[in-house]
Amino acid sequence: MRILRAATVSATVTALAAMASGCGGGTGPGGGGSNDSPRTLTYWASNQGPDVEADKKVLGPELKKFERQTGIKVKLEVIPWPDLLNRILAATTSGQGPDVLNIGNTWSASLQATGALLPWDKGAFDKIGGRDRFVAPALGATGAAGKDPAAVPLYSLTYALYYNKQMFKDAGISRPPTTWNELVAAGKRVSKDGKWGLGAEGGQLANNIHQAFVLGKQHGADFFDAAGKPSFTSDGAVAAVKQYVDFMAKDKIIAPGNAEYGQNQSLRDFATGRTAMVLWQAAATTFAADGMKPADWGVVPVPVPSGTPGSGRQTNSMLAGINIAVFKNTHNLNGAQKFVKFMTGDAEQKLLNKTYGSIPPVRAAQQDPAFDRQDTRVLRETLTRSAAPLPQVADEAQFETSVGTAIKDLFADAAAGKPVTTGSVKARLAKAEQQMAQ
Amino acid sequence: MRRLPVRLRRAGLPYLLLLPALLLELLVHLVPMVIGVTMSFKELTHLFLGNWGAAPWKALGNYRISVDVNAPVGAALLHSFWVTCVFSVLAVGLCWLLGTAAAVFLQEDFRGRGLLRAVFLTPYALPVYAAVITWAFMFQRDNGLVNHVLHDQLRLTDGRPFWLLGDNSFYALLVVAVWKTWPFAFLVVMAALQNIPRDLYEAAALDGAGRLRQLRRITLPSLRPVNQVLVLVLFLWTFNDFNTPYVLFGKAAPEAADLLSVHIYQASFATWNFGTGSAMSVLLLLFLLVVTAGYLLATSRGRKRADA
Repeated sequence: MRILRAATVSATVTALAAMASGCGGGTGPGGGGSNDSPRTLTYWASNQGPDVEADKKVLGPELKKFERQTGIKVKLEVIPWPDLLNRILAATTSGQGPDVLNIGNTWSASLQATGALLPWDKGAFDKIGGRDRFVAPALGATGAAGKDPAAVPLYSLTYALYYNKQMFKDAGISRPPTTWNELVAAGKRVSKDGKWGLGAEGGQLANNIHQAFVLGKQHGADFFDAAGKPSFTSDGAVAAVKQYVDFMAKDKIIAPGNAEYGQNQSLRDFATGRTAMVLWQAAATTFAADGMKPADWGVVPVPVPSGTPGSGRQTNSMLAGINIAVFKNTHNLNGAQKFVKFMTGDAEQKLLNKTYGSIPPVRAAQQDPAFDRQDTRVLRETLTRSAAPLPQVADEAQFETSVGTAIKDLFADAAAGKPVTTGSVKARLAKAEQQMAQ
Repeated sequence: MRRLPVRLRRAGLPYLLLLPALLLELLVHLVPMVIGVTMSFKELTHLFLGNWGAAPWKALGNYRISVDVNAPVGAALLHSFWVTCVFSVLAVGLCWLLGTAAAVFLQEDFRGRGLLRAVFLTPYALPVYAAVITWAFMFQRDNGLVNHVLHDQLRLTDGRPFWLLGDNSFYALLVVAVWKTWPFAFLVVMAALQNIPRDLYEAAALDGAGRLRQLRRITLPSLRPVNQVLVLVLFLWTFNDFNTPYVLFGKAAPEAADLLSVHIYQASFATWNFGTGSAMSVLLLLFLLVVTAGYLLATSRGRKRADA
């Protein structure tokens, strides 16, 4: 009889683990790396380009370059996003995994807690040129505070405000907003005749979290206290979530239909001139794919209360990006570290980040003129000046699910015309906090 | 050399022949299930994933959390359970009704019958993801086909309703699930109908029985054994369906359409709490076992009586 898919998946994962160790193939966790097979490496790359094949084309020649330099052959596997975390968890359970892998930087602390990744202590960092080569915010998203990082930053991304120049001109808005009040005012001027001010992805839990996190910072609130305990119902957190949902509920600059968006429909709306603004990370390639010309849109930093982005309450982006990590059970520890050094070297950083539209977390590589265009300059300056990593706690995944769902439900309320009040926001967040405590 | 008595040898032969299959069955099905059940007694979070043998025993802790209907986790699970029950009963009922009706009508020989059969089977042949994501776009509030037809063309609704949020999401899910599964019922019933001897109908017609009477007295009773299995299989599939709600709603389904499979996925995999997820899965498994056993018992007893 078929039991529930979820149970089957989990059981398969563990059965694989049992079989692997039963066959004597598994290296026990905590065994650390070895140098048993110094000639080969397996690399799991996340899907950064339009599709898996595109990534293989981009990375293939670079891996050949690495092989020429070191004589180490790298076996590449590009893993689509929906599978990546499951694959990593399965590898963690079985102890059978790649040597080097990419992880979403928000998973750093969670994966660090599993003990599956090699910690980057000072010695390890020195082998790749030292910590100081990387910008501080990117390093902040590599693991829990006070612990050796579980990974090294590879590609970085930040949020920016994209606006439609023609729609702004038609509405008589002379310059893009720098504060939220200006954004709401601009949005209201645009929002009429089926056009709307701002786009949102109400059904995308991760995106909801990113927006609420930044607004939380601006209200002086953190979603986790210093001890790593959830504190979702503080006044600041409630105000932050309410402010975001109010763009639809009170200010009415987000179309109600956006409450159900979850497949990046808001980007299409922007590209087709239905919405005038959208808060997004490196959206240029998507707009271009939807037929927009680079001259049609402008890119500015995400608004902050004071109008000038900075740290603390003037934070205006979560720090998104990809980290590169070494699997603890690697059979080629030296080779793996050499490979990380290669991938985080100036030349590769420039080339790969340019190709993928991200910003290098490596200072020296940021000097390249490719990161000084209208859009990349904004992302780069945000990265160095005013971005903050999401809470680096082991429960980050739960946070994303519980609070992300709370915001999705609030958007659904707003879209259905139900009132969104401080009380209703607080109740949803309290429920989310209870789910964390299970 | 002492030889086994003939009777024992003869009795043992089937078991011996079954042994390889049994061993494989154990490996493929039972071992993972046993491990899954073991996990449900452990506090298996991401902290112990690398060495899950070292995860502390939690005895019935995971189960207590799952069935404590006064706490948020248990209450949500119970809600999800009721939603799934109602959903399954409706979906199975509609699938069976549609499938049987279509199969009976297609018994008649007419032009284009083959084409119609092929068209009816299309939803079953389409890849689940592609089909459901198409529905997801059709159900979109602002640009979706459903609202375009219902609101813009037929003017049946006042405003544009949401189909993927709020209470309507239940009906959206039901429509997609029935659309996706009914061809299977159609296929099975159609095959079963081929086995009913034509003479029965001819004899009934001679005796003056009308279409409806033939359906009630010949067709449905003859379909009984097939229906017994069909309904059970449909129920298990629908109750356990993960793909449809997941593709339609993503990680967080609206409360009205919060089916158990996605709910458990969210409670365990999305939050890396595998012990609790396993406990919920085991509870679900137990429930389905009880339902299946009860169903088989009730239907086979009923059949014996009918046969007698």
